[in-house]
Amino acid sequence: MSHLIDSYASITGPDVIEQLRQLAKPLQGLKVVHVNSTKLGGGVAEILNKMIPLMNDLGIETSWEVVQGNPEFYACTKMMHNAIQGNQVQIPEKLLKVYEKTNAENAEQLRDTLTAADIVFIHDPQPAALLKHIDDRQGKWIWRCHIDASKPYSPVWKYLRKDVQHYDASIFSLAGFARALPNPIYLIPPSIDPLNDKNIELPEDERRAVYETFNLDPDRPLIVQVSRFDRFKDPVGVIQSFKSAKRFIPGLQLVLAGGEASDDPEGDIVLEEVRTAAADEPDIHVLLLPGDAHRTINALQSAATIIIQKSLREGFGLTVTEGMWKQKPVIGGDTGGIRLQVINHHTGFLVNSPAGAALRIRYLLKNQDKMFEMGIKAKEFVRENFLITRHIREYLTLMHALVFDSKHRIELK
Amino acid sequence: MKPTQNLNTISPAEASVTFQVKDCALIAKATGKRARTLKDLRDILETIGPESLFYHFWGSLLRPRFEDQEYHNDFASWSAHSLNDKPVAERLGIVDPLEFDNLDELRVELMDIIDERIDELEMLPTASRDRQFEFISSDIVVFATHRTIKDPQDLKTVIPELSLGSIFYHFIDGRRRSDAAIDDFSAWLATFKNKYQDVIKGIAEIDPYFSSLTKFREALTKEFVKMRPSTV
Repeated sequence: MSHLIDSYASITGPDVIEQLRQLAKPLQGLKVVHVNSTKLGGGVAEILNKMIPLMNDLGIETSWEVVQGNPEFYACTKMMHNAIQGNQVQIPEKLLKVYEKTNAENAEQLRDTLTAADIVFIHDPQPAALLKHIDDRQGKWIWRCHIDASKPYSPVWKYLRKDVQHYDASIFSLAGFARALPNPIYLIPPSIDPLNDKNIELPEDERRAVYETFNLDPDRPLIVQVSRFDRFKDPVGVIQSFKSAKRFIPGLQLVLAGGEASDDPEGDIVLEEVRTAAADEPDIHVLLLPGDAHRTINALQSAATIIIQKSLREGFGLTVTEGMWKQKPVIGGDTGGIRLQVINHHTGFLVNSPAGAALRIRYLLKNQDKMFEMGIKAKEFVRENFLITRHIREYLTLMHALVFDSKHRIELK
Repeated sequence: MKPTQNLNTISPAEASVTFQVKDCALIAKATGKRARTLKDLRDILETIGPESLFYHFWGSLLRPRFEDQEYHNDFASWSAHSLNDKPVAERLGIVDPLEFDNLDELRVELMDIIDERIDELEMLPTASRDRQFEFISSDIVVFATHRTIKDPQDLKTVIPELSLGSIFYHFIDGRRRSDAAIDDFSAWLATFKNKYQDVIKGIAEIDPYFSSLTKFREALTKEFVKMRPSTV
């Protein structure tokens, strides 16, 4: 019988898959539950979409639950998200009450599943308050924070900390993102799935179709940023960089493609700002794509000459990873997880301003050999470090560590 | 079997036992300790657990890093890129952990280098808040694989198929576990009296520190391929 996990062997090498099997074997029989706030949109949902079936394929019973909330709940959690990333956001008391009530209601809904689970992963702040409602929980609970919590707005962090400090462990993507907590803090960068629609190698005709669909010229250089319309992603800064570079490279084209996410009520406002900034430039294409337009995003990234991700704050930057996997150099904001992926002069360039991004766009387009070489290095770097197989290995390792109470050395029989 | 005996204490009767291949995975843990200056770095180095030192020298082999990196340990890399202090980065970067019998000796060497640099400087450079040195530790999970090796000749085909975790466990972690500071495979080969001395010598000459695990595995494979066919 063929297993889903085996299909990764041709990309990672069979040794990587065999290692996952061996590591998973002693964990078979455990019940694992992941909880987040959306099935569509954003990096967390994308990771879980494949992580869950792969874990099951490895013999670990794993399920995925999504908390349900009304628009006020999502408005509150979006404010929390922004506050954890450093924005001074005053969350109205009324919205905090909705947050608490929504978590309490979801806890009731999920009580049986959460109580029986051996390991529960709670993703981000949205469902973080579930823990206090499941008094008779049996398993270990882990709070998985996907965002940069290094400089949070203090009142909001203190509010959230009341809940997350009671977890058995926390996970952050990078050490620099972590806040002091009384539980062990594990460090696990996220990953991409090389076999999902966003990252597989598309047929030539499908790749070429994207030019016609979005009125792009295949013979002119194309810069692509794929991101939610969010101020931290600095889409207006990207437009400034583009306009600056275009003065020297008149044929330059830009695509700003953003997905819809059901838990991001601010997106419409930022999208309007972007459209206004792009209004006088026909070679800027602002695309609002549905949450499931994975193959379109893949085609756009594949069509790109250069990938840009000029974030001002970034959790990890999976769109950077995706761009690198398409063998493209990346110009990325000098922040967060982008630093872990974009190695100056090797896989792309880190920049700190629209001027910096414009300079690197011009440099790369004038040095085609260098651009090609960077693309190859970028893809190999992702293969070694940022594919879902590495992510699964670290989750399995973490599960062992938790079962053995975080001892430094765990020798399995 | 745990093939970590001191070469000098192995009797012929113990020789030729089966070698069980193990594998390992590391999971990184934040220690919460952060440095912004060389003085902070030195003070934390004095008390930080050995697991953290091990992680910053060897753990990088099993975590995201770029192969063509300029510096081979995190302390040197941070000094260069976050403090912009190239002289101390170069001095820290040349430190080879294999030259030290244990991590405490390595710790003293690092502190000496940093102290010397602190004495040279009029003013200590300070890293920006988002470029602090983050002391990280790790948990290691060791698990059995289905592989056992009876005949050293089989290593020629087994080594290239081993996961990088197995390579790390037997060749890097093995040196830490062994009183004689030798890797697990060399310890096992030594139980065959003097038959594999050339291979043991060849393995000892491969320096894993200035390499990646993939390249190290390739170099080991070449060493085992050179092994003379068994006459037993």
